[in-house]
Amino acid sequence: MTTTVYVPGDAGALSVGAGEVAKALTAEAARRRAPIKLVRNGSRGAYWLEPLVEVATARGRLAYGPVTAADVAALFDTDFLNGGSHALSLGAADSIPWLKGQQRLTFERVGIVDPASVADYVEHGGYQGLTKALAMAPAAVVQAITSSGLRGRGGAAFPTGIKWKTVLDQPAGQKYITCNADEGDSGTFSDRMLMEGDPFSLIEGMTIAGIAVGATQGYIYLRAEYPHSLRALRTAIAAAHQAGYLGGDVAGAGKRFELEVRLGAGAYICGEETSMLESLEGRRGEVRVRPPLPAIKGLFGQPTVVNNVVTLATVPWVLAHGAEAYAGFGVGKSRGTLPIQLAGNIRRGGLVERAFGLSLRELLYDYGGGSATGKPIRAVQVGGPLGAYVPSSQFDTLVDYEALAGIGAMLGHGGLVVFDDGVDMARMARYAMEFCAIESCGKCTPCRIGSTRGVEVIDRILEGVDGERNIRLLEELCETMVQGSLCGLGGMAPFPVQSALRHFREDFRARVK
Amino acid sequence: MDPLPPAESAVVRRIVADLKGRPGPLLEVLHAIQAALGFVPEGAVPLVAEGLNLSRAEVHGVVSFYHYFRHTRPGAHLVSLCQAESCQSMGAQALATHARRRLGIDFHQTTADGRFSLEPVYCLGNCACSPAVMIDGRLHGRVTPERFDALVADGAAAP
Repeated sequence: MTTTVYVPGDAGALSVGAGEVAKALTAEAARRRAPIKLVRNGSRGAYWLEPLVEVATARGRLAYGPVTAADVAALFDTDFLNGGSHALSLGAADSIPWLKGQQRLTFERVGIVDPASVADYVEHGGYQGLTKALAMAPAAVVQAITSSGLRGRGGAAFPTGIKWKTVLDQPAGQKYITCNADEGDSGTFSDRMLMEGDPFSLIEGMTIAGIAVGATQGYIYLRAEYPHSLRALRTAIAAAHQAGYLGGDVAGAGKRFELEVRLGAGAYICGEETSMLESLEGRRGEVRVRPPLPAIKGLFGQPTVVNNVVTLATVPWVLAHGAEAYAGFGVGKSRGTLPIQLAGNIRRGGLVERAFGLSLRELLYDYGGGSATGKPIRAVQVGGPLGAYVPSSQFDTLVDYEALAGIGAMLGHGGLVVFDDGVDMARMARYAMEFCAIESCGKCTPCRIGSTRGVEVIDRILEGVDGERNIRLLEELCETMVQGSLCGLGGMAPFPVQSALRHFREDFRARVK
Repeated sequence: MDPLPPAESAVVRRIVADLKGRPGPLLEVLHAIQAALGFVPEGAVPLVAEGLNLSRAEVHGVVSFYHYFRHTRPGAHLVSLCQAESCQSMGAQALATHARRRLGIDFHQTTADGRFSLEPVYCLGNCACSPAVMIDGRLHGRVTPERFDALVADGAAAP
């Protein structure tokens, strides 16, 4: 009897040896004449257990991890194909406590299905949302998204349904659905996991968006740093075409929707929606002045939906289960679930999808298990390189849009980067300015010049030149950038600097050369 | 500016001809050129400009805007070290110091024997397995200095 074995093909799992494990498993199975079917699933997101190998047994999918190629022969010796016990046994994958307590809606299939198979996707509930959407009036689809309370998960948190309604209300003509897959924030990898682990949910979400607003063409703007995601998306798009879910007659309903992946080229600013549109048009990724909004005048001057990967991939769940079911999760104005990414110096890093309302402390300690180095956690940067550094005194803050805004932080794309007590916060502040200088598109002065001056001022502080005066100057510079920049890069790059000054001022002292 | 050798000119012209009909084709064209030649030579700029009916300045402006496009021929192996916050929290700066010393070059440089180019990169999306390194499109996580040496030794053994 052929046994199905799962070894993730996710880039993160591959980065710690999943490819070598897959190779060793195939070779060992052949040597022992044990028939196996190897499925390259996505990652379940428990990266400290990767490479996580699963075997389909009568008792469900049993997990082993972290497995190295050197462990493979011993796994066969203990009859792991029939669920044999081994030092690396983790029991049923679903009952690993770290995974069991999660509320996976957007990520319900990630790590479970074969990301290259439409049939597997459909078997696990895929394309139910599209089927429902095709039976509804476009305005009703948009209303469902509005009622669900879904907000843009890329960082701006704008209500998705309102954006869609603006595009729907534009006169008929060429409209576009664009997916912003330029996931450039350090500490975030949820878009990548989703594109590699369940690309059809993104494809289905974009198709539903197209049908809802009357757009026939979609573009996924993918960052060049994600070659594995590119392959997964291209494979899935071709399979969806083949199965009749993309093309001139989507699901036999007589509607057209085409989808294409376009590669970015290593510019962080292209995660900003208007510079992404410039880049898609083949130009320098310089920010556009708004208005007009992209929903009115976007790609090639046409009405355009711009949404993040996670936002679009959540759409099928909302349609399949209903807006009320989705809005039933969460707190206050933060409805639904959020895929949070635990990153950096953390013992159990990975992806935690839970309803809004967990505290930072629960995430860092209950899920994360504290720092990887075992030293006290001193600071957490929430929401990417433009996000504030939160000190341990504020770890009881809830992870929702409003609660974080209340302490001068922001949720962004949901990444938490953990630092232990060895971190030098003045250096991190300097890095924030340096990063802004490297990535500024150059269009507006506060960002282009301000970031370079910011690096210089911090250098003077650390050299002991007029410390107090230069700290005041740095504070004023931050204020100028926040108030005067054209977009969020220059406008938010001061946030990590200001938070470092506020909470970790003792680090801004002169250094002995 | 040196004109392109005839073989490379032919490659660039073919790429432009293949892609010019697509909406907003310039980035697609530049990606295809870099995939074929390993970089975007300065001599390709006028050919692309002419083929897409753009000015040379426009094409140069786009090539120079994006960090991903290289202006010089890279080494046989491209080593990208993530230097963003998550990797910094797990020792990416010390790893960068080690890598510079091991390869004998700084960021944005290529070894004298043409084997390795070293580049910083700001996030590879592998932040739960920091620090991360990408070598020739292959991602590596939890990279210690010892593991870096082993990866580079593998690379040195490959063509």
